[in-house]
Amino acid sequence: MKTILLSIVVLGVLGAVFGAILAFAAKVFHVEVDPREAAIRECLAGANCGGCGYPGCDGYAKAVAAGQAPTNKCVASGPEAAAKIAEIMGVSGGAAVKQVAHVACSGASDVAEPRFNYSGPEDCRGAMLFGGKGSKWCTFACVGLGNCARACQFDAMHVENGVAKVDRSKCVGCGACVEACPKSIVKLIPESQVIMPACSSKDKGAQLMKICKVGCIGCMKCQRECPADAIVVTDNLARVDVDKCVQCGHCADVCPRKIIDFFG
Amino acid sequence: MLSSILAISLGAILTNNFIFSQFLGICPFLGCSSKVDTATGMGLAVVFVMGLASAICWVIDTYILIPLGLAFLETLAFILVIASLVQFVEMFLKKSVPSLYEALGIYLPLITTNCAVLGVVLLNVQNNYNFLESVVYGITGGIGFMLAIVLFASVRERIQFADYPENFEGFPICLVSAALVALAFMGFSGMQIF
Repeated sequence: MKTILLSIVVLGVLGAVFGAILAFAAKVFHVEVDPREAAIRECLAGANCGGCGYPGCDGYAKAVAAGQAPTNKCVASGPEAAAKIAEIMGVSGGAAVKQVAHVACSGASDVAEPRFNYSGPEDCRGAMLFGGKGSKWCTFACVGLGNCARACQFDAMHVENGVAKVDRSKCVGCGACVEACPKSIVKLIPESQVIMPACSSKDKGAQLMKICKVGCIGCMKCQRECPADAIVVTDNLARVDVDKCVQCGHCADVCPRKIIDFFG
Repeated sequence: MLSSILAISLGAILTNNFIFSQFLGICPFLGCSSKVDTATGMGLAVVFVMGLASAICWVIDTYILIPLGLAFLETLAFILVIASLVQFVEMFLKKSVPSLYEALGIYLPLITTNCAVLGVVLLNVQNNYNFLESVVYGITGGIGFMLAIVLFASVRERIQFADYPENFEGFPICLVSAALVALAFMGFSGMQIF
């Protein structure tokens, strides 16, 4: 009994002594943290999405407070937050250009010819191990197993009918899905850009007709009709020049395949 | 006296090197050895902690635990000392050398669980060292650790430019080269000084 009590007392006293020394040391070696850092952190969305290119919201807040990062890098928390951060830092910031994700594929399972039935782990990379490019004949098509949807922290990405779809009202443009897509068919576009061909196929038209009912066949009708010369067909695929596009939506109307997304 | 201290020092640094002969402290040895600068910082932190831990632990053991018949509490009390010391070093580095603090990262608090530190204080007790011998063993043990980690970091910096099979990329080639460095240190074993 005596030994037990003695042990408790000795260790207790030792612990208390070391604790006191550490408490004292904490005072002596106290490091001033930039108060702006905490204030900036408060303004951020806190999703740690990494869209700004820094390791998490803390990392970004630190970089801004140190003056190493612009105040408008956080697209997830919106322009108001950017303005607030600029105010904290005492600079005029200008809001971040809001971007949204766009899936360049419309190959839903009822329009894209299937090559095989995949039953395995719900992972695009997993499905791509078979035959190289997933279960659709089109080698450029969305695999449709939702790597992007799982990467999205804002519930803005869903797989519908075998192809990924973006909910533009929820998307904050962090780019997590762009990173996650093994086919690299998800891209970030400015939110003001309301026209975008939803296809990535570089196959020749005749070839593509056999395997996809909607894909871009490179007929060049949009290129001829565009009033601003903003849409050009290269490698059998229509591409929009964001800087030239006037968002009229004419190309979407004339497209015989109705493959151009128009969010107007 | 002097000869025993010299023998202890050379033993701790070369023949009985903590990493290469006793295989203690392997975790920071592999984790913190990708750059020579970081390795040197880690080594210095370990020298400091090992030396101070040896001194404090010897005093606590000799004047508190053994007289009270509480020698069985050694391990527990030593861990308490080491943990406090590491906390102290962490605060000190955060204040004075922030760049080193960032570079060491998670491995700094991990010195707490670095078995080489606990190993050195327990070996002091086992070998019945007196105060001076304990401190010398602690510091030279730390220097041995630093020698090993800095040497190995230099090797690893060169490995980056070496042409080795792709399958060995990362930790495998690291372990192979660690084994080779350890083999080189075996050359010191059996070395007699006095």
